[in-house]
Amino acid sequence: MKKNYKEVSIDPTTQQMYERAQEMGIETVWERLEKQQPQCGYGLLGICCRNCMMGPCRINPFGGEPKRGVCGADADTIVARNLLRMIAAGAAAHSDHGRHVALTLLIAAEMAEKFKKEGKPVLELDNMASNTLPYQVRDVEKLKAVAKRLGIETEGRTIREIAKEVAEVALNDFGKQDEEAIAFLKAYLNPKTYEVFEKAGEKAGMPWFENGILPRSIDREIVESLHRTHIGTDHDPVSILLHGLKTSLGDAWGGSLIATELQDILFGTPQVIKAEANLGVLKEDYVNIVVHGHEPVLSEKIVEAAQDPELIELAQKYGAKGINVVGMCCTGLEVLMRHGIPIAGNFLQQEMAIVTGAVEAMVVDVQCIMPATVDVARCFHTKIIDTSPIATFPGAIHIKFDERRADEIAKEIVKTAVENFPNRSKQRVEIPKEKMEGYVGFSVEAILKHFGGTLKPIEDAIIEGKIKGVAGLVGCNNPKVKQDHNHIKIANELMKRDVLLVGTGCWATAAMKYGIFLPEYADTENVGPGLREFAKEWGIPPALNMGSCVDCTRILVLADMVARDLNVPIHALPVVGSAPEAMTEKAVSIGTYFVASGITTHLGVVPPVLGGPKVVKILTHDLYDIVGAAFIVEPDPYKAAKKMYDHIMKKRKELGI
Amino acid sequence: MSTDSKPTIFINPAKCIGCRHCEIACAVEHSQSKDLFSAIFEDPLPLPRIHILPMGAYNVPMNCRHCDGAPCVEVCPTGALYHDEQGAVMLAEDKCIGCKMCAIVCPFGIPEFDALNGVMFKCDMCPDRRAEGREPACVEACKTGALQFGTIDEIVSKVRKEKAEQIVKLKEGEVEEEYNGWDLYRSMQTVVIRINEGDSK
Ligand code: SF4
Ligand code: SF4
Ligand code: SF4
Ligand code: SF4
Repeated sequence: MKKNYKEVSIDPTTQQMYERAQEMGIETVWERLEKQQPQCGYGLLGICCRNCMMGPCRINPFGGEPKRGVCGADADTIVARNLLRMIAAGAAAHSDHGRHVALTLLIAAEMAEKFKKEGKPVLELDNMASNTLPYQVRDVEKLKAVAKRLGIETEGRTIREIAKEVAEVALNDFGKQDEEAIAFLKAYLNPKTYEVFEKAGEKAGMPWFENGILPRSIDREIVESLHRTHIGTDHDPVSILLHGLKTSLGDAWGGSLIATELQDILFGTPQVIKAEANLGVLKEDYVNIVVHGHEPVLSEKIVEAAQDPELIELAQKYGAKGINVVGMCCTGLEVLMRHGIPIAGNFLQQEMAIVTGAVEAMVVDVQCIMPATVDVARCFHTKIIDTSPIATFPGAIHIKFDERRADEIAKEIVKTAVENFPNRSKQRVEIPKEKMEGYVGFSVEAILKHFGGTLKPIEDAIIEGKIKGVAGLVGCNNPKVKQDHNHIKIANELMKRDVLLVGTGCWATAAMKYGIFLPEYADTENVGPGLREFAKEWGIPPALNMGSCVDCTRILVLADMVARDLNVPIHALPVVGSAPEAMTEKAVSIGTYFVASGITTHLGVVPPVLGGPKVVKILTHDLYDIVGAAFIVEPDPYKAAKKMYDHIMKKRKELGI
Repeated sequence: MSTDSKPTIFINPAKCIGCRHCEIACAVEHSQSKDLFSAIFEDPLPLPRIHILPMGAYNVPMNCRHCDGAPCVEVCPTGALYHDEQGAVMLAEDKCIGCKMCAIVCPFGIPEFDALNGVMFKCDMCPDRRAEGREPACVEACKTGALQFGTIDEIVSKVRKEKAEQIVKLKEGEVEEEYNGWDLYRSMQTVVIRINEGDSK
């Protein structure tokens, strides 16, 4: 069935490419969603269980029989268990990414050590840099700042030694066995919020959660999630969900935080920079390489390799003007934030990029990469190159990555793309024109630098009421929602009410495509007078791009700093979160850790929990008493923005401002 | 008043959550082995006679109504379609010439063409099960009550009784808002559909 392109997206490039795909008879995500209709109500409501082989079991959502699974589990137990498994999977994805970065830092430090011993050139003391090392510490200042937070001695030590110890402390947080909270959480979290975590068990009437919801080790909480949800283990929705909060906090203040901080150390902390977004960044006469996925460990190297004069020469030999690397999804945001590499689009544009017919290679790593990219690529000359040892795509070219040979492998990948250029059929190229500029790179450090080393100007504006509060907008696209529609509507509705936006992930790419990251956007009717004045005064856009989805931790660190300054727990702040078009298990983990950390969070897509009335009540009400924040589920973006704003105003009132 | 002893399958779209369990059960019932794990390896693969159609925020189960004055039976030139002793509309494959007249006249789009064998196939109300006094496979598989089996009198009187109970409770103010996750989901889904179909700006 032919679908109206206007129904699938508000993005003109997606609309154009979607029409093209339909004309060419190429099946895309929207057709596949259509073919899945109707989707199973048990799954939509979260009331099916496959956790043992007495099952699968499902509960009648209308109150009749069957009311219980074979083991006796009721709807709430089943819904809570399923939700905990989603949180665990999301936390696992982020955290495994974080582990990979920590291991890369360790490898970098150890290789530098080895080179030093072998007498090879390693720049001493203030840098581990050397042309022969694949990875170096690019941001020494950040390394020292992180080390200082962790209580690691920096005086009189080489960068290699400090880097090694930071990596070791990080890795220890993954697998330690004691009952203490993880080191990164202790190093980053303000005492008042720490106390909230500590007391959460007591507050929930479960004092046997002795350390509340403080995560003891990143991996352990994930493993315990699987243990608790095994048949015949944990059945009380309250304890199941409390452990969900704990697991998500291991992601927030552990796995994801480690990913962000250590990536900054290895690749540089983002600074404000101007760049471009949307499919229009693909270039007709260049070799186009799309880096797609989540981990910058490889894409950083691809960006470097694409600047190799030999490879550029090769590209020219084949008739191209050069090599154009662009990003997609969070890998795209990583290289966008750090190098201003243009970003071609967000989640629902991965197939659309291939449909341009102008992509020589889509280089993929992990997470949110549709296996369908391989099928779409078959209709063109595009090569899908999978690179992660844990993510293999049938039908793709496998060039698996190894940190120790990073440069070599990156060159091989770029070469494969360049050599594919002659296979491009020029008549079949159609690149949408639209692209948009925007300022990116608002890491916490960059924000501090911009405001003169302190957050006081933002805090004062909030206290004064010029800015009513801050909203963290995050998360995916979901084909169930018209692409970017909710992202943009909610953003505008909040900015109209003088709410300053910070955001990450596919929301950030959406915002950038619509010009929201330009300071001029403050002049539009979508921004209220207070926020407009503030943005102009400081020369910033009314919304700040803080990076990829693991970089949601930057939002947490920011909230933590404001909480410290005002001497309150995070939940007292006029801050809200939203995932307007959520899709992944990672988004479930992020939403949960936002809430657990004290940030009331809106979800624009209904998560699979409605089948459990007690679970719904806990998530949307009881959590206010336990951690001071809860979920708001609202598919209507206008109503959602209103509810978020009301929450901000309530918090202002409670603070007496 | 005469009572109708003919069984029927009553559908209630408000209770259909689109799990498509009925479709699977129907296909298995019409397989050679009647066992799911074997049926999926059979050649040809068994086909379901019931389909769930998503209609906005509702799902509508569609299978044969086993009409009394069945147009399909009347129009069938070879007599392949007939009412069995319980009144179910059956199709004798050996007589079917694949003219598709039944599909043309059926008001519900029920008879389908089996291209492999050149004959039509349709819901037969599970004769083997009826012979054993069991419910049709789809009804048994449906755990939400979207499909019900019985004579029309049985079903209607049951529905009538439920409604009467509700009226009394209403009068006495006893009805509390009963939590219904599916209705909640559906109301949200209505919003999503409205937004997706709405203006793009
Ligand atoms: S754990 Fe219980 S509810 Fe889940 S499949 Fe097994 S018996 Fe059924
Ligand atoms: S196939 Fe159609 S016309 Fe024939 S009995 Fe069934 S519903 Fe009636
Ligand atoms: S009654 Fe039997 S044949 Fe008809 S739809 Fe149900 S399972 Fe299929
Ligand atoms: S089994 Fe029942 S609820 Fe499920 S799709 Fe069929 S009719 Fe609908």
